[in-house]
Amino acid sequence: MSTKHTPEYRRYLRRQRRDTRLVFAVQVLIAVLLLAVWEIGARLNWINPFLFSMPSKIWAQFLSMLHDGSLLHHTWITVYETLAGFLLGTIAGTLLSILLWASPFLARVLDPYIVIFNSMPKVALGPIFIVAFGQGFLSILMMALAISVVITTIVVYTAFRDVDPNLIKLVRTYGGTRWQVFRKVVFPSTLPAILSTLKVNVGLSWIGVVVGEFLVAKAGLGYLIIYGFQVFNLTLVMLSLILVLLVSTVMYHAVSLLEKRALKWKD
Amino acid sequence: MTAISFEGVNQTYMTKSGETTALQEIWLDIEEGELIGLVGPSGCGKSTLLSLAAGLLPPTSGTVEVFGQKGTGPSPDCGYMFQQDYLLPWRTILDNVLIGAEITSTVTPALKHRALALLDELGLSGTAHKHPHQLSGGMRQRVALGRTLLTEPRIVLLDEPFSALDYQIKLQLEELIADTLKARRLTGVLVTHDLGEAVAMCDRIVVLRNRPGRIKRVLSVPESLRSLSPLAARETPEFHSLFRTIWGDLQDEY
Repeated sequence: MSTKHTPEYRRYLRRQRRDTRLVFAVQVLIAVLLLAVWEIGARLNWINPFLFSMPSKIWAQFLSMLHDGSLLHHTWITVYETLAGFLLGTIAGTLLSILLWASPFLARVLDPYIVIFNSMPKVALGPIFIVAFGQGFLSILMMALAISVVITTIVVYTAFRDVDPNLIKLVRTYGGTRWQVFRKVVFPSTLPAILSTLKVNVGLSWIGVVVGEFLVAKAGLGYLIIYGFQVFNLTLVMLSLILVLLVSTVMYHAVSLLEKRALKWKD
Repeated sequence: MTAISFEGVNQTYMTKSGETTALQEIWLDIEEGELIGLVGPSGCGKSTLLSLAAGLLPPTSGTVEVFGQKGTGPSPDCGYMFQQDYLLPWRTILDNVLIGAEITSTVTPALKHRALALLDELGLSGTAHKHPHQLSGGMRQRVALGRTLLTEPRIVLLDEPFSALDYQIKLQLEELIADTLKARRLTGVLVTHDLGEAVAMCDRIVVLRNRPGRIKRVLSVPESLRSLSPLAARETPEFHSLFRTIWGDLQDEY
């Protein structure tokens, strides 16, 4: 690309940049307005400050918990559980789809079971997980896994099956085995689909982990939400909610970045 | 020597909704070094014949022999060119050309050199480290030709390899492929919808009839046409008379 632009093009670029800045400004404005209305509304008793807390109190809570180290402790536990559940769900789901692809017989046999398990609300399995895996980490992990594994399997397996049959034929004309077909063509061409299920799985793992923590945990952000609710410290509930929001957004973007890097050849 | 021989080949496709006979009683010998064209109405089993020759499909009955060997699967003697290039978009051009050798685990530094030389020969210098989407359709199909040639097949099966290209590019590629096959003394089987292409490029033309696919007639292209390049052949009166003959044959089938 040349560095010398026509004045028209420079004007176009300027307009583009101005629009971007405007969008960002309005986004910030909305956030500031919401926080301001919340704070003022609570102070003037338009909304019940005991139930809905207020930004200044949440900020103070944040600072004090940051200071005594409990904030990082709880956040880290939840992040750790989510990452574990997310990786496990994605890997297990992908392995299961490979198995289904490798054996059409198995795929036909398992089809109704997958459909049933997919339509079932996995959260309802909570009590069974507690009985089976105990009051702790394992149950939370299983909850995160249960929520993400089936949808991963379905999406990835469907992507495997949608690979252009001519690409498969290409490998076969060189005498390639089924495993070579998978490695050379099927897996790389479905990688974009697999990576985009990662993004969905991040969200699903968060649901699994927070629900799991509601049920059994003694630490973590989900635990803080339930605990805060039980002792009527709604400020703690709000703070934990905001932290879940922040950390899950960061994780989502990290996965997006990974996706972009893995699909670099597209540029 | 006979490169491919079909001996009483029948091919039936079976699905839940029934069975269809794609090919019936095919007897055909393809001689080494000749370029043979398969033409016929769609659904007459042209591509099935190609798949059988490639060993991708066992015949329902009858035998297919490649250089006297009864095939039990894809033979390294056969290279296959598709309707589209089917380059793998995540691989560089060089890696795309090398895929056949990768599958047969025969990649060596010397082979990589050969691949690069082949790209040069096909007019693709400087593309080795690009990705397919950076190349035009004609260039991509030339890469596909390189991919087919690199494993040094003795037979090249061409499944309408020009059908997705612009007319001008198509003519250029016809020349390139005809020249390449002749220069390397390769046997070619060209499936095509385009009668002109078959007449201009091939040494013999097999006209197939429809449902079930049978051989209607095998025509020899006169020597005067064969010695010309596809583009020059199109200008001759023999070209037009042969074209009309096959055209007439096919009219009966539609």
